Parts: sequence; structure tokens; C-alpha cells
Amino acid sequence: MADVVATNETILVVGGGISGMTAALEAAECGKQVVLVEKSPTLGGRTALLYRYFPKLCHPVCGLEINLRRIRGNRNVRVITMAEVTAIEGRRGDYTATVKIAPRYVNENCTACGACAEAVSAEFPNPFNYHLNATRAAYLPHAMAYPQRYVLDPSLIGTPDAEKARAACKYDAIDLEMAEETLQLKAGAVIWATGWQPYDAARIQPYGYGRFPNVITSVEFERLADPHGPTGGKLLRPSDGKEARNVAFIQCAGSRDENHLRHCSRICCMASLKQTHYVREAHGDEGRSTIYYIDIRAIDRFEDFYQKVQKDPTVKFIKSKVARIAEDAQTGHPILHGVDTEGYHRYANEHDLVVLAIGMAPSVPAGDVPAEVIGDSSGFLEAAAGDGAIFGAGCATSALDVNRSVQNATAAALRAIQVVNKVARAEGTA
Amino acid sequence: MSDLNTQAVERYRNNFLKEVEENVEEGHWVKMCMQCGVCSGSCPFGPHWEHPPQEIFMMIRAGKRDEVLASDSMWMCTSCYNCIVRCPRKLPITHIMHGLANYAHRLGIAPKGQPTREFAKLFWDNMMKKGRVNEMKLTIGHYFRNGIGAGIKEAMAMKDVGLGMLKAKRLNPMELAGGHGLKDLKGFHAMVAKAKEIEDRKKGFVK
Repeated sequence: MADVVATNETILVVGGGISGMTAALEAAECGKQVVLVEKSPTLGGRTALLYRYFPKLCHPVCGLEINLRRIRGNRNVRVITMAEVTAIEGRRGDYTATVKIAPRYVNENCTACGACAEAVSAEFPNPFNYHLNATRAAYLPHAMAYPQRYVLDPSLIGTPDAEKARAACKYDAIDLEMAEETLQLKAGAVIWATGWQPYDAARIQPYGYGRFPNVITSVEFERLADPHGPTGGKLLRPSDGKEARNVAFIQCAGSRDENHLRHCSRICCMASLKQTHYVREAHGDEGRSTIYYIDIRAIDRFEDFYQKVQKDPTVKFIKSKVARIAEDAQTGHPILHGVDTEGYHRYANEHDLVVLAIGMAPSVPAGDVPAEVIGDSSGFLEAAAGDGAIFGAGCATSALDVNRSVQNATAAALRAIQVVNKVARAEGTA
Repeated sequence: MSDLNTQAVERYRNNFLKEVEENVEEGHWVKMCMQCGVCSGSCPFGPHWEHPPQEIFMMIRAGKRDEVLASDSMWMCTSCYNCIVRCPRKLPITHIMHGLANYAHRLGIAPKGQPTREFAKLFWDNMMKKGRVNEMKLTIGHYFRNGIGAGIKEAMAMKDVGLGMLKAKRLNPMELAGGHGLKDLKGFHAMVAKAKEIEDRKKGFVK
């Protein structure tokens, strides 16, 4: 990693999801030097964990592949994975970032042949399936992973399995002596694109997430629908592995709630409308989707998408925020209790599976960003303090869908470019 | 009391929401309700109400003055606070319910014979006499509210509980003869009168 050359004309991008990749590429394609730092072993972020995008229901691999190709073809972007920015000091045009790089235990000799994964037997909960299943502790994060290089989970180190993995590698790619490294990087401007995380559903106590196995979150439902997911693309419910035909979606799970997230997470209505397609895809006319909502907010220009779903006879809309969920001990069916707003009818509805349209919280709340920044009341990043050149991009700044994240990241790239251009003029290199 | 009601109707005409905001405790929160329904679904007494809280809030905004104030719904609230804890907008729903009940009572249009209201009146009058609640008189007053025959029947059904309390010295039969009160009863009455004066002024019951 010592070969990373960064100057005051470099743009540091923190976070390698769709926003960070976009910002890095837009700047790099304008001829700027960019260092892209990602905490996990692969680029792609949460976008790579979606089954399909709304509104066109295309697969994210497509957009991701285009971006990865752009990165491979551009000499101005330097990607560092498994790296975390722990401090940013300095000022506009002159920052020094401290970057901590966790050991991958696999070097660049790796050809992703998979021999190490076959050699080990130890497993760990798979973060790329939201821990719904386990994966071998020598693993490739997912099919689209970039870099295409295996990783050894730290739990493997010091066990006989680690030696087995090393022995199985024909390319001398496994280095069990690899240790944590710390780098100092110069940068003229920083783009902070650390993205979002699903709100902790267990904190919404009346919904029983964590107590009732058949109450899951919308991000987990994406993994169930994905052929690369834990169920091979079948909508099997966790308690007994039976097919979920009658699925309930609960909107505003954590969002628009003073007790949880104050903001509207924007994407969840469209996400649930989209996910009714998964139920239809799996079961045709036999499937049943029920959306419990306060009001449907089909963001952007997606009202037509909503209207199409409304016309689907297998999809029912109930205007009510569910008050609580109980479980039928015999069948494991969740039972939803509440009162609807259109007539105030009390209901107790049984479903096979409940999907909580979980809200978006910032991955790194503004208060935890290791630099002087200003956040809003939900912890999203608003701006750098003073005239700093730390720019938020994507879901680090607000709850956004992929489309808006890309727009937002492009804007951040433009702001960063202006800063390094000024530095270049001052240093006489422009 | 009906004078007060007529005055209020005159003053607010078709703006019941404004009337509630100005006269009902925590009434200014009513406009914040987003009609999600969590309070209604969370209420343990839910199925027994004519109108759940969510509906009451909508009725207030729709100007259904008579239906709201004459309703027995808010008198059913047991103050379990489930709704307050769960309300996504943090409305103090329990307090609003009691505020509405109190306002309807002051206007003299609360439902007659509603058990919670009757007991509350009994409790208040009992407490005002000596500055503290005389449990013997309160219990007897409650049992005999529907006449002597019903009272004897109810008292007999509860006699084991009463005897148990007697044995445990939780109930003193001597209290029936007058009973003891506060040391400064005059001061207590003056304090309550002052509080009522302030409340009346705040709620516009006096000009």
C-alpha cells in the first residue's frame, strides 16, 4: 500500500458504494487524482445487495458492472478496500487523512479460483446476506466483488483451517502474517460517502423483530428474492422454510417516528411496491401482498408505478400503521393488530411473513465522522464546519434512492474538483 | 353550565379545533395527529370505545363538536399510557383524553351516568369535605349508588375483601363517624379555590 501517492491535488473519497464510486469516477474522468477508500472487502455497497431496482426492475449488477469497468479503465482512481478513515486533519486544500487498513490475508496473486474456500470448513454469518446464512470463512464477498479477490475472515486466523487454506493455494496468495497497516494520505478535498444502514428493527419493540422469526426487514427480503441469496431466490420464511405466499409489508418501520428515526426514509414505499412484484413473480395469481401504510410516498416521478401496483388484484392496501404483531404459536404465522383509518375497523390479520419496510439511518452519524462537520437532527451530514472542503455524497447526506444518490454524488464531485483546481492554480501546476 | 356551553358555541362557531386548542389541556397537540392509527390499535380498551383516539382527533378537526363532547370514549381511558409511548408524533394522547373529558364535564354536556364520571365526582366530593379521601364513606357511597337493595348485594359480594382489610388494619370503621381531616382545612379549600380561579381564567370560563 506504500505506493499510494497522494497530494493536495488529490480527492479522497470515503466509501465505495454507488455514491462513492460515482463521485470518484466523475472526478477521475475529469482528470483528477482520486483515492477511493472502502471499509468492506469489496466495492458496491448496499446497491450490490439488492435483487432489483425500481422503477424498471432491472438487476443492479448491470449498473454496477458499468461502474466497475469505468474504474478498471481509469488510471486516476486508486481503490483501497478493508480500509477505514480514522482521522481527517487540516483545512480546505490541505488535508491529511489517517487510514487504517485491516489485513485481508490474501494478496494480489489471488486468481479467485476458490481452492481456499473448498479447503476450509469453518463458517461465519454472511454479512452480504444480512447474516441470514453462513459462508465459508475463506470467501469471495459476492459474484460482482471488486477486487475479485478472496478474503480470510479474522476468525480463521490461528486455526488449522488457516493452514489448510494456505496449503490449498497454488498461487502463493495467502499471507497469514499480514498485519494491520496505517497510512497517512494527503488530499485537497474529501468526499464523505459512507452511506446508510437499516435501522435496528429490534428497537421497534411491538413488531417483535428478533422475537418472531417470520418478521424480517425489507433488506433481508431482497436477499430472499435474489438467486444468489440464502434461499436461492425462493421466498422461504425463516421459521420453517415454507414458501411465503401471503406477505405483509409494514411501511414507516422506524421512519417518521419521533421515538426512532425522525425523517421519512423516502425509498421504503417504492421498495415495498417493488417487492410486491417479487411475490407475484414467485407465486403468480396465488400470491398475496398487503401493504400497511400511513400514506404512500412514491418519490420522484413514480406515481405511475404506484398506480400499476394498485391495479394488481393480488395486492391489497390497508391505510393503517400496524400497532403490534403477535405470533400464532402453532403455525408461526404473525398476526397483525391495528385499526384502519378508512372507517376505523379493528383488525387482526394473519400472514405467512411480515416484511418491515425498514428506515434508513446514516452508517456513520455526523457526530462520529472523524472531522469537523455539521449534521442534521437525524445524523445526516449537512456540510463541513467553516469553509472546510469535506463534502457529503449520497445517503450519508440524506435518505436517497440509487438514482438520486448518483445525482448527489456527481454534485459532490464537482464541488471537490473546484477545490483541487484552485490548489493546482496556487501551486502553479495547472 | 349550559350557559357556558352556549357561550362556547357562540364564540367558536365552526371552529371546534380552535376551541379545543384554547380550552382543552394539551389540546394544541390535536393538529399534529397524522392519522396513523397506532394509538387506537394499542389501546387495551380499544374494542369497548365508541370512538378510538385517532377517530376523536379526526372528529375534532371535522368540527363534530356535539359527537365528541357527548361521547363516553375519553371517559374510558385507564391511563395505561400505551398510546403516548407508541405515538410516532409524541402526542400526549392520555392527557388530551382527560382534558376533553374534563372540558365536557365543565360545559355540562358530558354523558350522564357514565360510570367513570360518576365515580370521579364521588371521589372529588368526598375528598373536598375533609381534604383527604374517607375510604369507608367512598366505598359505601359507591356501593349504594344504585339504591339500597343493589348496595347491600354489592357490599355482601365484597365482604371478604373488607374483612381482610379490617384484619390487616387497612380499614378503620371508626372513620364512618365523621372521620379525620387535614389540620388546615380552611387553607386547603382556599388553595383549591385559587387553583380553580386560575384554571377558569386560562380556559376562558370567566371573563
